[in-house]
Amino acid sequence: MKPLKLCMLFMIVACLAIPASVFAEPLTINWWHAMRGPRGDLVEHMIGEFNASQSEYKVVGTNKGNYDETMNAGVAAFRAKKQPHVLQVFEVGTQTMMLSGAIYPVYKLMKDTKIDVDWSRYLQAVLSYYMNADGNLMSMPFNSSTPVMYYNVDMFAKAGVAPLSKTDPITWDELGEITKKIVDAGIAPAGMVTAWQSWTQIENYSAIHNIPFASKANGYEGLDCELKINNPQVVKHITRLKSWADDNRFMYGGQKYQGPSAEFVAQNAAIYIDSISAIAKLKKSANDFKWDAAPLPVEAGTIKPQNSIIGGASLWVLNGHSKKEYKGVAAFLKFMASNEMQEYWHKGSGYFPITVDAYDSLKSKGYYDAEPLQEVGISQLNRAIPTKISRGLRLGYFVQIRNIINEELEQVWNGKKSPQDALNDAVSRSNDQLRTFEKTYK
Amino acid sequence: MVEKTPLLDFLTYAFLILGIFIVGFPIIYSLIATTLTLDEVSRVPMPFIPGDQFMVNMKEAWTRGDLGTQILNSFVMASGITVGKIAVSMIGAFSIVYFDYRFRVVAFASVFCTLMLPVEVRILPTYEMAANILSPIQTMWDLLQLDRLATWVSGHEISVNLNFSLLDSYAGLILPLVASATCTFLFRQFFLTVPEELCEAAKMDGASPMMFFRKILFPLSKTNIAALVVIEFVYGYNQYLWPLLITTNPKMTTAVIGLQNLIPQADDLPEWNIALCGVILVMLPPVLVVLFMQRWFVKGLIEKEK
Amino acid sequence: MIKRSFFKSRTLPYLLIFPQVAVTLTFFYWPAFQGIIQSFLLSDPFGRRSQFVWFYNYVELFTDPLYLKSILTTFIFSIAVAFVSISLGLFIAAMANRAIRAKAVTRTLLIWPYAVAPAISGIMWLFLLHPSYGIVALGIKNWLGIDWNPVLYGRDAMAMIVMASAWKQVSYNFVFFMAGMQAVPKSLIEAAAIDGAGPFKRFWFISFPLLSPTFFFLTVMNIIYSFFETFGIIHTVTQGGPGGSTNILVYKVYQDGFVGLNLGSSAAQSVILMSLIIVITFLQFKFVEKKVQYGG
Repeated sequence: MKPLKLCMLFMIVACLAIPASVFAEPLTINWWHAMRGPRGDLVEHMIGEFNASQSEYKVVGTNKGNYDETMNAGVAAFRAKKQPHVLQVFEVGTQTMMLSGAIYPVYKLMKDTKIDVDWSRYLQAVLSYYMNADGNLMSMPFNSSTPVMYYNVDMFAKAGVAPLSKTDPITWDELGEITKKIVDAGIAPAGMVTAWQSWTQIENYSAIHNIPFASKANGYEGLDCELKINNPQVVKHITRLKSWADDNRFMYGGQKYQGPSAEFVAQNAAIYIDSISAIAKLKKSANDFKWDAAPLPVEAGTIKPQNSIIGGASLWVLNGHSKKEYKGVAAFLKFMASNEMQEYWHKGSGYFPITVDAYDSLKSKGYYDAEPLQEVGISQLNRAIPTKISRGLRLGYFVQIRNIINEELEQVWNGKKSPQDALNDAVSRSNDQLRTFEKTYK
Repeated sequence: MVEKTPLLDFLTYAFLILGIFIVGFPIIYSLIATTLTLDEVSRVPMPFIPGDQFMVNMKEAWTRGDLGTQILNSFVMASGITVGKIAVSMIGAFSIVYFDYRFRVVAFASVFCTLMLPVEVRILPTYEMAANILSPIQTMWDLLQLDRLATWVSGHEISVNLNFSLLDSYAGLILPLVASATCTFLFRQFFLTVPEELCEAAKMDGASPMMFFRKILFPLSKTNIAALVVIEFVYGYNQYLWPLLITTNPKMTTAVIGLQNLIPQADDLPEWNIALCGVILVMLPPVLVVLFMQRWFVKGLIEKEK
Repeated sequence: MIKRSFFKSRTLPYLLIFPQVAVTLTFFYWPAFQGIIQSFLLSDPFGRRSQFVWFYNYVELFTDPLYLKSILTTFIFSIAVAFVSISLGLFIAAMANRAIRAKAVTRTLLIWPYAVAPAISGIMWLFLLHPSYGIVALGIKNWLGIDWNPVLYGRDAMAMIVMASAWKQVSYNFVFFMAGMQAVPKSLIEAAAIDGAGPFKRFWFISFPLLSPTFFFLTVMNIIYSFFETFGIIHTVTQGGPGGSTNILVYKVYQDGFVGLNLGSSAAQSVILMSLIIVITFLQFKFVEKKVQYGG
């Protein structure tokens, strides 16, 4: 019963509001993140660089598991008043964080600590995902990616299809013809597979074609927003995919173990839609054939496709620490956005550099000539100025909503529901979630 | 048996062997997979002849999965739960059976009511409780507005935050699972069957209650304890949801949870040979405990559930 | 109940019962109490605002077709697990009981799966039933001609988790049936044999009825097992998919509460689960008591 004894001790502890005394040693800044494995090593390296670059602050990075575990740990810590200074949260948690009252908005932090940041030098499609309705940045983008289309060059050649452009998207109709050729000629058992179906086929499809995903500017302008994905365009797109599924031009690869990338690597499918961060994995495992990447397809007649939207996570600064510590946090965030760090991060992880400067610097060094694959995502992201519809999504209980969309789409693929019914149900079920969320924050 | 039925006997054995084979098949097949190379294991169908990669794969799984740390964590957790549960419930049952005091019935009833309520049904509040074990006291404090009182008494601005978190600690892994009505109930039933004379005699000799407990009750309970050790060890070692939530630090993860990292995910190479090595290594401790303490285990299982 | 002869002490019994009561209060009653309160609230995860909403969370749940489906899924799943594992356990026990020579060996070979964690059982079965290279999946596809794909079809996913869950329980059930059969009086069997009853008849008319309390008990235990302990299997194998077809209640509690951070709804689901278990336990006690009277 030792812990109980300890508890007794703690019961006596009362924290009086004494100003923190000044110590000679550096102030500790805690950062809880969800990066492990190779990405975790990169993060540790960057932290080490920051700590070596100055002596006032010491950043301590702690991996708290995967995205939802990290967010949970942050929430529990905040409730127990033991929160870290910086918390990495995945993009679907943005709304919850923003409304939590537990955060110190990044734009304000920078202003208060008098650190001058030229936000216009950041990738706008990345920033806009984490801005509030007034265009102020709430959290610092950290790891951001966007979906692109990978394809098997050898299979394309066998089917007599020329390699695709890295900047100009093909149309979905063209993709339909290509996949038809490949499947009909027996070159591959299936035409295309896709990862993260809600993100790639609905969220990004909507953004690229400037179709609202939800009302109130995708939720940016009010909690009383409603999902709009049962609109004719999206229904048509899903119907098309379903008809492709019926003649093997599209194969549903599941969400986890029998992943779509396994199908692409095993050459069971010629085309594979996934995040740009998949480049590293494909380089490791897809060695038996030549492959390349292209932007996501668009609808025929799209004159100027919009930017695609991002996925990933951002860094939130949490309330309840001293001014001095926040100074350190601001310095750390600025350091992480430096060209050197961004180039290192981009090269190692495949996630975007978040500033235009880092991008230009990489370009001038000839990085993209050597690694043309890495530019596909960035140019797709930068090809247009984000509109109110293509800048991102701001929804409560987004985790649940993605789940709902996944479930309903699975019902389409296995033939239990028509695309229209499934999307209608997805909308009405998601709206229930949104109403509960709205009620919670009223 | 009673009459001779050669055909039926043959069928009996045939079906028995078939049954054992079906039950054993997943493990046999997994064992074969652990001896193959990545290339062989991803062939369809996988070859049935064992290869020679067993040690290589085992080593790889051991280091990649950090299984040493994780199996140790599981072991500590399982042992903690086992010892804690048995100790707490044994002395509890002793108190209930051998003493007469005012709250005896209330105490027993309150413990008994929790029979069959697994940790899974109260998972969220238990998690919050573990995140701050002092939260009940804090709630009382806030409810009674003692902050104000303290401020008023001392003349300074005082706010009290009581906090002690069990997250990412052995205590957090163990304590919430130590609460168990079943063991208390079992010991109570057993103590009730202990002959009255023993206690009479002990009292006559002037032995103290604790002396009686140590010298007579404890030795008598040895079989029961052995049986419970097996069951509770397996129970503790195989916990899933609770350790999944309470630990986020990879160094505190238990083996069953940590195995997740070895299973080939969508993006990885299908290294099932490595993953299954992890599976075998992780399941070994409880399986060995059950096999070597079979007699106690079977007895314990049946007694416990009755 | 208390011993006729007992000790007297003013403090000792309280000291002895204290750890048990303390642990029970801290980790059962307080959380249960908190859970019930939480289920009437809508609150943000950071605990900065919450409002009392009466039964809103419950109403939302019971008007959500998905939750109702989850209840149905849970029942189908647990009944299937109970059925498969009990019948296999009984069958093997009946065989082992006849095979006098191999009893000890059989027991050793059959009880170890009990010690395998559900999550691990899930991983092994995933390997066997994996749609692209699982050996059993291959058999199902080639010999039975079924388009086996647990990633796409809910039916297949359900079959997969039922197999993974039931496998582990076979040994548990086997142990109880063995014990139950050995408790059947030899004289009864011999008397029946003299009257000319064959082995099947004897099993059906003597052993089987005498095993019925074991049956009932095992059904309850297997259902409780599939309600809760199978969480590890779901979490490693299907994550509730596809299309929510394997989303059992306890997994939904986790998903809504810990991943989705909808605390009120998750708490309400916990309370519903708790009530369900209390009802099942109550029924069990009632039924078992009756059985004892009938038999005695």
